[in-house]
Amino acid sequence: MRNTFIDTLTELAAADPRIWLVTGDLGFSVLERFAERFPGRYLNVGVAEQNMTGMAAGISTTGKVVFTYSIANFPVMRCLEQVRNDICYHNLNVKIVAVGGGFGYGSAGYTHHGLEDLAVMSALPNMTVLAPGDPVETRLAVRAIVQHPAPCYLRLGKGGEPVVHTSEPRFEIGKAIPLMSGKDLTLISTGGILSIVMSAARALEAAGFSVGVLSMPTVSPLDRDAVLAAAAASRALLTVEEHAPGGLGSRVAEALAVAGAGIPFAMLTADRSHLHLAGSQDYLRDHSGLSLEAILAKARDLLASGRNAG
Amino acid sequence: MTDPHLDTRAFAKSIRKHALRMVHRANTSHIGTCLSMADLLAALYTQVLNIDPAQPAWAARDRLILSKGHGAAILYAALAERGFFPPDWLETFSQDGSLLTGHVNHRVPGIDFSTGSLGHGLSVACGMAIAARRDAAAYRVFALLSDGELDEGSTWEPILFAPQYRLDNLVAIVDFNKIQSFGTVAEVLELQPLADKWRACRWAVREIDGHDHTQIAAALRDLPFEPGKPSVIIAHTVKGKGVSYMEGQLAWHYKAPNAQQLAQALAEVDAAP
Ligand SMILES: Cc1ncc(C[n+]2csc(CCOP(=O)(O)OP(=O)(O)O)c2C)c(N)n1
Repeated sequence: MRNTFIDTLTELAAADPRIWLVTGDLGFSVLERFAERFPGRYLNVGVAEQNMTGMAAGISTTGKVVFTYSIANFPVMRCLEQVRNDICYHNLNVKIVAVGGGFGYGSAGYTHHGLEDLAVMSALPNMTVLAPGDPVETRLAVRAIVQHPAPCYLRLGKGGEPVVHTSEPRFEIGKAIPLMSGKDLTLISTGGILSIVMSAARALEAAGFSVGVLSMPTVSPLDRDAVLAAAAASRALLTVEEHAPGGLGSRVAEALAVAGAGIPFAMLTADRSHLHLAGSQDYLRDHSGLSLEAILAKARDLLASGRNAG
Repeated sequence: MTDPHLDTRAFAKSIRKHALRMVHRANTSHIGTCLSMADLLAALYTQVLNIDPAQPAWAARDRLILSKGHGAAILYAALAERGFFPPDWLETFSQDGSLLTGHVNHRVPGIDFSTGSLGHGLSVACGMAIAARRDAAAYRVFALLSDGELDEGSTWEPILFAPQYRLDNLVAIVDFNKIQSFGTVAEVLELQPLADKWRACRWAVREIDGHDHTQIAAALRDLPFEPGKPSVIIAHTVKGKGVSYMEGQLAWHYKAPNAQQLAQALAEVDAAP
């Protein structure tokens, strides 16, 4: 996703002189292609995320579209008040890009796990929050946010995420992307865990269930219509995200509750009771309850309860 | 051992070699980071820190916070060498299910504080130092910082605070290797004149060669440099020190040595004086 991001941004920047890129001393072997082509629109401010974010706000007041870039929590949490007051309050055209959402930097440890970013960013006013599910969604998301003149947060995987979409889907900020539809259960996913969710859906189909998948590259604003449509079309809903409670699942639950859509529902989120462990992204996903098997087990529970309810 | 310098040198060699093997096995980043502070850590863990491996949480111990938490591998190696945990734990570095995460983890015996996000360590150290002062406790607090994290405004807040409260039980050590993540310090954000900046903030400053064991020992012996002032040691170092093909190379912030590179690196460390 990280390469897709920078390639797309570089392509767009060739035609759009408003695009700037500001990094907090990260992006070795990734950002050079932008920096070399557009040195006048590139800055490495050093390991200084608060300054990076405040400066991005300042630059954007002069009509630029400014991307800030760092990894995991650093462009989000390390400078949260600059994001809230300087960018969101002023509704400025700044795009915050965090590489390595979820357990992307697995063995680096908890300081480098992005597990609360979607919740925190979604709580801010004027902020659009995106977590694309694969490189195709990443490319479309970068194009869309450049055209969206307001604060955006873009959570990316660290790299190596498989392509899920075999063709280019219709992409609109705030709209879910349906990948499969089914009467028994709809899985709703955000971010790079999409490929595992697709595997789960296929396994359930192979077991004879009719299963839908909604990819939600935009977490905020949530596509409530798509959630309610899925609740009407299938007997149960299951959300999956590489994130703590407070992200996609909580927002879907809120939408269902407010609409009075009583439906068997569950949310899979990252269990944070083992914060201190090292491990690969796969290991930590498994260990925090986000393995393919965990998704299948939760889905089967729901299908059973859905059958009782039906 | 009659010559403590000899002992420290041997310790430095052995933690360098551990770190090289760990990073190779785990295929992780930050070996250059580890090697640049190897000699400083060796001196701290053989001559200076008042610690007890049998009681990692001993209340009267000296504290050390590795604010540049990405140098975890070599700190774990130093702790294992001092007997805080068995050396074979080092083989689990960064592996599935290990406590030895790629950034410093306080669940590991001997680690005083978790770090990994740059620019937090000196504030925490300052907090420990002022608590020691108000508890009339005699321990000292050491914070090992990178030059890159001097970019962070949050590093300068405790730099202003510590002299205000005359925290002469606080020691900052800057591993001044002049390379950060995406360029040299000179290219990204020049820090020089660095000693003047700390001095202007009312710290007692000593500049040393951070690989010269005699200079390191002398500086650490003279603490605090001035009563009533926090001390900072600005240690001029070389990123990747001790492995010829890594020295001064930004790429070795990221790369892990392959088997053949590892063999050469280990041989060079062994052959060093
Ligand atoms: C707040 C924060 N921002 C960014 C990073 C990512 N990062 C890891 S190491 C590093 C800089 C490395 O250079 P330096 O700090 O000088 O340490 P050295 O390895 O040279 O000792 C950066 C930016 C981080 N860990 N924390």
